[in-house]
Amino acid sequence: MKVAIASGKGGTGKTTLSTNLAMYMAEAEPVVLADLDVEEPNSGLFVTGELCHQELKYKMVPHWEKESCSLSGNCQAVCNFNAILKIGKRIMVFPELCHGCYACAELCPTASLPMQPKQMGALRHLRTGDLDFIESRLMVREEQAVPLIRQTIDYVEETFSAATVKILDSPPGTSCPVVEATRRADLVILVTEPTPFGLHDLKLAVETVRQLGKDFIVVLNRHGIGDDQVERYCDTQNILLAARIPNSRRIAEACAAGRLLYRDTPGVAAAVDAIAGLIRYRNGRRGS
Amino acid sequence: MKEIVVISGKGGTGKTSLTAAFAVLGGQDPVVADCDVDAADMHLLLEPDFAHEESFFSGELAVIDQAKCSDCGLCEDVCRYGAVDLSEGRYMVDEIGCEGCGYCARVCPDHAITNIEQHVGQWYRSAIRTKTTMIHARLKIGADNSGKLVAQVKKVAREVAKSENKNWILVDGPPGVGCPVISSLSGASLAVLVTEPTVAGLHDLRRVQQLVKAFGIKSSCVINKADLNPDVRGNLRRFLAEEKIPVLAEIPYNEQFTSAMTNGKTIVEWDAGLEQQVRGCWEKVSQLADDR
Repeated sequence: MKVAIASGKGGTGKTTLSTNLAMYMAEAEPVVLADLDVEEPNSGLFVTGELCHQELKYKMVPHWEKESCSLSGNCQAVCNFNAILKIGKRIMVFPELCHGCYACAELCPTASLPMQPKQMGALRHLRTGDLDFIESRLMVREEQAVPLIRQTIDYVEETFSAATVKILDSPPGTSCPVVEATRRADLVILVTEPTPFGLHDLKLAVETVRQLGKDFIVVLNRHGIGDDQVERYCDTQNILLAARIPNSRRIAEACAAGRLLYRDTPGVAAAVDAIAGLIRYRNGRRGS
Repeated sequence: MKEIVVISGKGGTGKTSLTAAFAVLGGQDPVVADCDVDAADMHLLLEPDFAHEESFFSGELAVIDQAKCSDCGLCEDVCRYGAVDLSEGRYMVDEIGCEGCGYCARVCPDHAITNIEQHVGQWYRSAIRTKTTMIHARLKIGADNSGKLVAQVKKVAREVAKSENKNWILVDGPPGVGCPVISSLSGASLAVLVTEPTVAGLHDLRRVQQLVKAFGIKSSCVINKADLNPDVRGNLRRFLAEEKIPVLAEIPYNEQFTSAMTNGKTIVEWDAGLEQQVRGCWEKVSQLADDR
């Protein structure tokens, strides 16, 4: 079962919830935590383990082979992303613009643009107790997060059984990286805070997951600060507000230091216990 | 023309609260641009009138004409995004998965596939309560090409600044280091990095600074929630010193950030102490953007 932890607004506590929930659940059963916020992966600051696998991640981009090229210009004509330019007797490839569709390579009359791997990031797989932690990290200056997110979920799906609980720490926002991180999830947990920004971005996130047809619940972080608009919104929309994590400077300080909270902070312990129960219940129903 | 771009790497460090406060302090001088197009929040504080709205199209989407399709399945074979599915015996394009490469349309033997322009979102030109113009946008849910929409917002902001004889553009940027951030940074005179002394804040700052540096853009930094962790703050200050990034302000952890927002006000309109700190910060931003 794949559970994506997402939010419209950044900094609402996605990583705090993902890491605490995964570590807590791993005390009772095997759990996978995957950090899909590949632009700014932070789960690894809270969870460590023994490295059991690492691999460089590549995207496929065309490579020009001058000798066989007939300079038909077909490659430039078929590329919708302006990633290929024919200038005089040269073909120039702009890998950062390439979406890896293979059209230029496979439609080239002389097969002079074979696809070759170009590194976009790296994946690491660590293990501690019953927790498997997967982290992918996009190289700085690489523009597209989606291919790396896709490959990371592929790795998770290939490596672990369908029944294993997999917690996917997702990127913020509502655009293509979030969609990629949540589209294969069985349940999405939207983390928000009780503020006007939190509410506004929650509404966008709800629209996104509804459009994807996903089952979702909301977790309210920093409960006690701000106002009650998020709770009223969830109430009128019949959205399950599954847990509240209290606002507390002490929690903020612990997160600042990279400390987990589920063992010694009652507000966090209660929240992860409630969410874990819900995940186990739904996972059990999926299996039967 | 000077472009000041406020970014952070990590979300939730106070970018938008600070940018909106700068907008209030700048008054009529800057054109304001919200480039966090997939979770735009600055309009909640600056009360834009949404006077002018335009749809933005970018990229393509494959559409299969079922009347012409002979179900050969070649489109599914060539699609690298898994965006063509067989559903009840018919080939269908998954709108969210399709990246608009056009490969399927080129090889379809029945000429049954066409590419239509994708609606990416809306952008707006508004008057805001600080008596200037704000350019902002709303990305369509789940849309690709957020970087292109960011570029459009910036392009319009520059045109407006030129026609209204304004020397400043103040940009609220998105979190992360990917395409919308890269697009927000293009042409910037000064990046204001808003960070916090947390392990995640520092980690993300390092990455975003790598990006800013690669583009040859001058950085400056605001440390928000500065008293949250003295050890991490020490590491943060060391990193900033090594990178020669001037610290514009260290603002202590202050829940008045939230109270201001809840009351629809910027922090400088809500709290006298914050007003003083942010004003000093804005003055330094103006100086830094000027001398280059």
